[in-house]
Amino acid sequence: MLIDWFTVAAQLVNFLVLVWLLKRFLYKPVLQAIDEREKRIVLQLEEAETQKAEAYKERDTLRLKNDEFDKQRNALMNDAVNEVDTERRRLLDEARQDAEALRLRLQETLRNEHQNLNEEIIRRTRDEVFAIARKVLTDLASTDLETHISEVFIKRLKNLNDEETKQLQTALAPGIDTFIVRSTFDLPVAQQSLIKHTINESVISGANVKFEINPNLISGIELIANGYKITWNIQDYLVSIEDVLIKLLKEKTND
Amino acid sequence: MRISPDDIVFFQHGFVKLNVTIAITWLLMAILVVGSKLITRKLSTDIKISRWQCILEMIVTGIKNQIEEVGLAKSGKYISFLGSLFLFLFFSNLLTIFPFYEPPTSSLSTTAALAICVFVAVPFYNIREHGLVNYLKSYIKPVFFMLPFHIMSEFSRTLALAVRLFGNMMSGVMVIAILLTITPFVFPVVMSVFGLLTGSVQAYIFSILATVFIAAAAHESAPSKK
Repeated sequence: MLIDWFTVAAQLVNFLVLVWLLKRFLYKPVLQAIDEREKRIVLQLEEAETQKAEAYKERDTLRLKNDEFDKQRNALMNDAVNEVDTERRRLLDEARQDAEALRLRLQETLRNEHQNLNEEIIRRTRDEVFAIARKVLTDLASTDLETHISEVFIKRLKNLNDEETKQLQTALAPGIDTFIVRSTFDLPVAQQSLIKHTINESVISGANVKFEINPNLISGIELIANGYKITWNIQDYLVSIEDVLIKLLKEKTND
Repeated sequence: MRISPDDIVFFQHGFVKLNVTIAITWLLMAILVVGSKLITRKLSTDIKISRWQCILEMIVTGIKNQIEEVGLAKSGKYISFLGSLFLFLFFSNLLTIFPFYEPPTSSLSTTAALAICVFVAVPFYNIREHGLVNYLKSYIKPVFFMLPFHIMSEFSRTLALAVRLFGNMMSGVMVIAILLTITPFVFPVVMSVFGLLTGSVQAYIFSILATVFIAAAAHESAPSKK
């Protein structure tokens, strides 16, 4: 017999038991796990979508902020560059002006120093020259020389032009004041009377003439009338030469 | 010559007996249940899962998808029965690679029992789904005189299911046994491999036919939408 009915019944029961056991231990837990995982995945996907949306939003916000920041940075940078440029130019100008001022001051100082040096040289040269001249003329001074000088002075008095004569006349009211004639040495009487005569003749008649000795005059003679003076001495020549020399040196220094 | 493993009896007390078929069925049940229990003991609902859980989920979802493809949309209701049917038959046939193993499916008693299960399952699921009246109405569709043909088809397909599986498995075992006596080397191994293939295919066919019967009956019993 191919079919054993007890075995059939037993297998039937066995199979139903197997169905129940597998349902309990296999299908139910596995399907439950799959469902839960699917739910979790769906939740995670939804969450991911939300986060993605948020991230996109945040990205856009950040991008906007970044753009704004870039703009601000560029603007600030441009401002800073401009300010620096302006400041640099200002400082350069200042430095240039300072340098120019310093250069001018230096030039001025050098010029002054040069001028001072030149003046010093001139002054010393002049002093030396005049000291030598004075010394020589003092050494050479004598009565003959005084006589010659008196003659030259008398000639000068005779050759006074009208204006000079007029000035002398106005400077001295006749009979009130006195003409003072100063000389280095005591003039001889003959020379004194000749000078007095020439004054009375050429300038004003009846004038009082007083003779004085002034050793500071270098081989010279001068006529003083109430502040007005007619003179001839080597000192005057020397002073004139000195003036000419100073003027000439100043012109050279300026060049 | 022994045709059925039912003939090897370990213990008998009157009508009740313990033969190889029942013993091996218990062994298979133990393997399936303990294996499932061990794997599902530490099930993870996280995205990262163990390899065993992955394999188990692949098997379960594979069966589920297969049921849905045949036409049973609410696969969760049927998976326990149809899945267990497939797994029992598959493992029963798979273990033929072990020597001295007698598959329970090579016993007509087992296949008959399983066919009876399917025979009962078809009306059971239909009545549960559509109610007794709709189920009974399906026997007189499209016309009243189709009733005897419907009844005949019910019985014949149950018989066909039982005999098809039994014939295939028994013949496989028999062929290998005969070949072992003629050519003891190499060739039986090839036949064994071939037997594995036919065994798997038979498991698939049996399960899918059961699914198709349930689905077809469910479709017939469904109230027509007019």
